[in-house]
Amino acid sequence: MSEAAIVGLLVATVQFATLVYLAGLGELIAERSGVLNLGVEGMMAMGAVSGFMMALATGRPWIGFAFAALVGMAVAGVHAVVSVVMGAGQVVSGLAITIGGLGFAAFIGQDAVRQRADAVFTDLGIAGLADIRWVGPILFNQPPVVYLAGFLGIAAWFVLNRTRLGLALRAVGESASTTDSVGHSVTLLRSGAVLVGGALAGAAGAFLSLYMAAGWTEGLIAGRGWIAVALVIFGAWRPGRLAAGSLLFGFTLALQPRVQTFELSIFGLEVNRISPALLGILPFLLTVVVLIGISFRARHRPSPAPAALTLPYRREER
Amino acid sequence: MTPAPDPDSSPELTTSFAVDLRGIRKEFPGVVACDGADLSVRAGTIHALLGENGAGKTSLVNVLGGVYLPDGGEIWVHGEQQQFHSPADAIAAGIGMVHQEFRLVPTLTVAENVVLGSAPRYLNMTQITERVAHLAATYSLDADPTRPVWQLSVGERQRVEILKSLWRDADVLVLDEPTAVLTPAEAADLGLTLRAMADRGRSVIYISHKLDEVLSVCDEATVLRNGVTVARPGSLAGVERSDLAQMMVGEAAAQVSRPANQPIGDVVLALEGISALSDRGIGALHSVDLNVHAGEIVGVAGVSGNGQKELAEAIAGLRSVTSGTVRLLGDDLTGASPRARSREGLAYVPEDRLGVGLAPHMSVVDNSVLRSYPTLSRGLMLDLRRCEEFCESLVQRFGVQVGRLHEDVSALSGGNLQRLLLGRELTGEPKVLVAAQPTRGLDVAGIAAIQKQIVAQRSAGVGVLLISEDLDELLALSDRLIVMYEGRIAARMDPTTTTRAEVGAAMAGGTATAVGGSA
Repeated sequence: MSEAAIVGLLVATVQFATLVYLAGLGELIAERSGVLNLGVEGMMAMGAVSGFMMALATGRPWIGFAFAALVGMAVAGVHAVVSVVMGAGQVVSGLAITIGGLGFAAFIGQDAVRQRADAVFTDLGIAGLADIRWVGPILFNQPPVVYLAGFLGIAAWFVLNRTRLGLALRAVGESASTTDSVGHSVTLLRSGAVLVGGALAGAAGAFLSLYMAAGWTEGLIAGRGWIAVALVIFGAWRPGRLAAGSLLFGFTLALQPRVQTFELSIFGLEVNRISPALLGILPFLLTVVVLIGISFRARHRPSPAPAALTLPYRREER
Repeated sequence: MTPAPDPDSSPELTTSFAVDLRGIRKEFPGVVACDGADLSVRAGTIHALLGENGAGKTSLVNVLGGVYLPDGGEIWVHGEQQQFHSPADAIAAGIGMVHQEFRLVPTLTVAENVVLGSAPRYLNMTQITERVAHLAATYSLDADPTRPVWQLSVGERQRVEILKSLWRDADVLVLDEPTAVLTPAEAADLGLTLRAMADRGRSVIYISHKLDEVLSVCDEATVLRNGVTVARPGSLAGVERSDLAQMMVGEAAAQVSRPANQPIGDVVLALEGISALSDRGIGALHSVDLNVHAGEIVGVAGVSGNGQKELAEAIAGLRSVTSGTVRLLGDDLTGASPRARSREGLAYVPEDRLGVGLAPHMSVVDNSVLRSYPTLSRGLMLDLRRCEEFCESLVQRFGVQVGRLHEDVSALSGGNLQRLLLGRELTGEPKVLVAAQPTRGLDVAGIAAIQKQIVAQRSAGVGVLLISEDLDELLALSDRLIVMYEGRIAARMDPTTTTRAEVGAAMAGGTATAVGGSA
């Protein structure tokens, strides 16, 4: 394998990792508050198409990106009203948003399909560092969203673990009645978490349409929203482990289109004979392995999953 | 003890009440929980709130805690009328609640649980931990602030709950049946902590069934019956246990009478050296040998958490044994499923009525047929008509008071849940009945009904294993009595010759006095 091929693979790994990390972080925040959001795929599609069209109209990728976050948040608002305020089934609401979001995105994006994107993010090329061999292109010549994702991850960790808001958020995901009894609003906390999650999913979608694919087409999201959902489990609901998981999942995503061009043999196995489709299921396979691991470990201690995940809360229910 | 309050100061005229609830009304669909209940608590006192199950005690304090919005009545705290729209409002007014089911987050640490809801904007856990430890030391509440709550015992969790209220500087602490889950030693410590709080001018509202405990811990009392305040004895000094019982039930409490002696039959349930693990994976039962014969009641005494629950579950097939044999009517059923054991004639009334015993959000009918549905179906389909008839006959035979047969079973009171559960388990003429805490938390009428059924089963030749924390019940009903301590049978006693004190000593791990070692 050539150096260029390896560097290219790793550059793409970081970008795919950013994509699933952004969406996964949003899902993590929602799930830590006790709300499962299976609408990520649909929210990403809505973010991708609306962000792309807004960037096209204004000529500025950042405006498109911010707009995508707002649209993701608006779609998440539906989920918040249905599943948090009204206490309906989170799974049903989430699936409806994914199916509806994908369809609606395809509908409003009809004119945007195959449009040439002239307002997309460009690589930042940090002066002096970007030219370093190996490390430069992988770490210091990436689009700004990559660094934003890293910053957001740290911010999320800080808020969750070092602030009053984070304590309340962790608590409401474990036991809503407890959190209510100490005077925090379950509805506000959960709705807020779902909205933030939606904004991040929308932003992730825009990263896809405004940089990685640099365009919109139906089917653009291609299951990455589901990977984000699996990633949260893989990351045991912790921002740090989520980042590690993102890199691993990002690697398999980056490898998928490239694997057949690699001339490399590991233990006599020709790498280029591995089916890309098999690589595609790897994230889900790893997630199942982690789930099994958790269930073994969790026999005598609490599972890392928020205990109140998917459970709606009504105060006076006896 | 604080001095008895001045008898001349009539409660109606005093305005210095820490809490004054006037004519509180609270309805749930089909049930009036409180129907004009009053409660006046003087500052610096421990005030008992008494009443039978379903008398409205918990609903009343939930109104005070902002959990329930009252449908009528007034809430006065320290002379100011309050409208509580949420628990936050009540907390702000200085009300601290310790619910029966603790409101703690198991994965968070003690310190995190304590400050949840009133933490500083940014958390400095080192500093918070220190302050929580200091607060705990002030009220001699032993709890390590850095441990996650899931590792704590029930008694420790309760201390965390009290710490939560103290952290919020709660002026009024409400405890809903605080000692139901405690060992006697823990209960005594709790009494000291509460007294220390009252001595510092705080007030405590103490809900309990245990009258002796109320008399030793509390200064004053309010008695509820059917959602209405029926008595306010003021000072409890000089009040007798039987007086309080009289106020609660409104009529003389019926004493259980010893069933007549009868010859026992063959061994129907035989446990040979069974051992089992607790939920936490620690040894909970250590080679327990026990025989139950047809037509006898074997009582199991012990402080909660000494293996009684695991014993019952191991017999029912809900907990696998690590060694030993379980025989039912001579057949080895050690590895058999609960269903197979039930078919062999085992009836099981679990400790957790609503959850393990009955499915809360299924209807009365659906719950009643859970054991007998194979005989109530046509092919693959349930015969709903016959299910209803079956349920109706059950309800009638066991005196279950229900609204509609198709309402959620969780709408029933504790006594009616237990009647329904026992009735369901006794259909199909079982040979062995394992009943875990069958009368716990029931009102007097409920206890009498359940005990009558248990004695009737004995007369019908059923072998009964009765696990209970009520010593009087065990001494009155059992033909033989075993005492469990740390997963072992610590003593085997003859209830006709044993005293409460002897059983109590064995429960506390004292020297075992084996009487009639054939059990």
